[in-house]
Formats: sequence, structure tokens, C-alpha cells
Amino acid sequence: MQTLDQELHFQSRIDNEEKIEPRDWMPEAYRHTLVRQISQHAHSEVVGMLPEGNWITRAPSLKRKLALLAKVQDEAGHGLYLYAACETLGVERADLIDQLLSGKAKYSSIFNYPTLTWADMGAIGWLVDGAAIMNQVPLCRCSYGPYARAMVRVCKEESFHQRQGYEILLTLCRGTEVQKEMAQDALNRWWWPSLMMFGPNDSDSEHSEQSMKWKIKRISNDDLRQKFVDITVPQAEYLGLTVPDKDLKYNEETGHYEFGKINWDEFWQVVKGHGPCNRERMEARIKAHEDGAWVREAAMAYSEKQKSKNQKVA
Amino acid sequence: MKDWPLYEIFIRSKNGLSHKHVGSLHAADAEMAIENARDVYTRRMEGVSIWVVDSREITASNPAEQDALFDPAESKIYRHPTFYDVPEEVRHM
Repeated sequence: MQTLDQELHFQSRIDNEEKIEPRDWMPEAYRHTLVRQISQHAHSEVVGMLPEGNWITRAPSLKRKLALLAKVQDEAGHGLYLYAACETLGVERADLIDQLLSGKAKYSSIFNYPTLTWADMGAIGWLVDGAAIMNQVPLCRCSYGPYARAMVRVCKEESFHQRQGYEILLTLCRGTEVQKEMAQDALNRWWWPSLMMFGPNDSDSEHSEQSMKWKIKRISNDDLRQKFVDITVPQAEYLGLTVPDKDLKYNEETGHYEFGKINWDEFWQVVKGHGPCNRERMEARIKAHEDGAWVREAAMAYSEKQKSKNQKVA
Repeated sequence: MKDWPLYEIFIRSKNGLSHKHVGSLHAADAEMAIENARDVYTRRMEGVSIWVVDSREITASNPAEQDALFDPAESKIYRHPTFYDVPEEVRHM
């Protein structure tokens, strides 16, 4: 009975736009949903470094290399903010990492696609970060305080990511025929996976309704996807590139673009681990984690030694 | 291996302002926490000074006792300037 009262009180706080903080009472399902979502988000930032890391040593100029390094470093930081937000819910970082490395936890499927050319760095910044920003801006108003605060920080830092990506493509599109073809090829490969980043259609999204009620989620998958298409298509036109969708057309009446059917079979295949790079990404993460184990242990041993030294002096 | 200890990070954004909590991170010791906080929280010149505090050293009030703790202040409106009537003609008060 008490729990029911607590739950009603909790929901009324949410309805009043109050933020929930770590030590406040919250339903177990709310806590569980947040741990799943925030840890997946953190894992995505961390795995998201891999496709771009592929091009750091081959960036075409020092300027591009600096920007790419800074972007990848930001992503490591974003992973950290998110893990820290998740830990306020009473889980341990080590357990979250285990869940990623054992394949129990998911991360955004977009990072299971390969980065074949330099133009992919442009397409990722423009489309993938663009879609991520679209998803993350409403999360700045999410009901859970630490998650919302982490998102404010992430969104602030991420705005340069999208602009540097677009600039890469703009440079290619103003270059030679071959460079422009490279940009078009990148758009062809990244367009549909970027639309999939918003998740299944609202009618098939299993967690959406409750998350909306709890104000973890503020805008539905389909609404965000539509907003992304409406904003992005004119940007593609400015580049002089063609969006790879025969059914794409502007509807004067609604003021929105209509677009073709998303291949959800492909989406679920990649989610289930059968994308082009799922295995490679996990192998890279596991290797990095295992290779770093001695560093983590040595740092702890050093700090213990310093502590006992200082005690002796005192 | 278990996680390194958790540190809470406070940053002074510029002299004249107080340190403000910005988040937390794991580090082997306080010195490393400062170095990591520099890399994570001040990459864009967000700070001129960093405090790190071992999270276990923080004692926090219990949100369930929020009412008992803060209620006493609620009825004391005479602590606010608007509680007192001063005629319009009296200036600068």
C-alpha cells in the first residue's frame, strides 16, 4: 500500500516537472529503465570512438587531424559523464563495462557500420552526430537530474562535431569529380542507418510509452526522425548531393518531407549482432580493456604505496 | 579488479566565483583525480581551479527527511524584506 502511495506521489512530482535526484525515492522500474538507457548511451559513446579512430592517422591535413582527435576525445568524455550519471543510480562502473564486453548490453547500431573513406568522417559528423544531437537535446529536460545535466554538457560540446563533419563534405563537394563522388557514396551508405538511429516506429517501440510518462523521453521516435529529415534534406541539397531515397518528396500542405520505408529487417539484424562490424568492434573493446588492466592495477598499487609512505613520514 | 575510488569534482570557472560541482570520476588517488578532471571537465577553458573530494567523505542530508529539515524556515516570512511596510516617500531602503 505504501508503495502505491509512493508511486502516485512520484508521478505527481514528475507531472509537476520536478527533477528526480539520486537519493530520492523512485520506482524500481524507473531506476531499471534509466540504468539500461544511460549505460547503453555511455557504451555508444565509447564504441563510437572506434569508427573514427580508424581515420586519425590518415586524416588529410593537420587541421583535420586535430579536429578529429578533439572529437574522439570528447566522445570518451561523454562516455564518462554518462557512466558517472548511471552510477548515481547505485550500479558499479565495472559491472556496466562487463555488460558491454560480455555482449549483454547494447550500444547504438550505427557504430557497426564500417568507415571506408575519408568522406565517412564528414558523413558521420553531419548525419550521425546530427541525429544524436536531435535525440539528446530533449534529454536535457529529462526528469532524472544527473542524466539531464550530463546531456547539457554533451550537447554543448557536440555542436562542433556536426559542423566539422559538414565542412569536410562541403570541401569534398567543392573539389574534384572524384571527391564529390566520394561524398555522395558516403551519403548513400550513411543515410538510412542514420534514420534508424531514432529507433523503431512508435507503434513498435516497446519502452516508449512508459518512458514518455516518466518524462525520460520527451519526443517520440517518429517525430524526431521527421524533424531530422526536414532539417537535413535542404543541407544535402546545398552540398549538391542526392539523398538516396526515390520516395523522398516535399509535401507543401504539411510542410514536411515524406520519405521511403526504412528497412527494419536490416536494423534488427545489426541489433542482433549481424552487422558488418559488430564482431570487430567488440574485439577492439575487449582488447583495449584487457591490455589496460595492468595500468589500472599499477596505478592503484602506486597510490597504496604513496599512502603508506606518507603514513610512515607522519 | 574493483573500480578505482570515486571522486566528486568541483570547478571554479573564474576567480571571484565559488567552486561548483560538475560531476564525478574514478581515479587511483586525489592527484590523479585532479589530472583526469583537467582532461574531462576543463578542455574548453571551463576552469581556473579544481577541487576533488573522495565521494565517501561526503555526508548528505536525507531527502526523505526534507520536510522536517526545511519546514522551520517556511513560516518565517518576517526574515524577508517584503514583510515590512515602508511608505513610498521613504527612498533608498
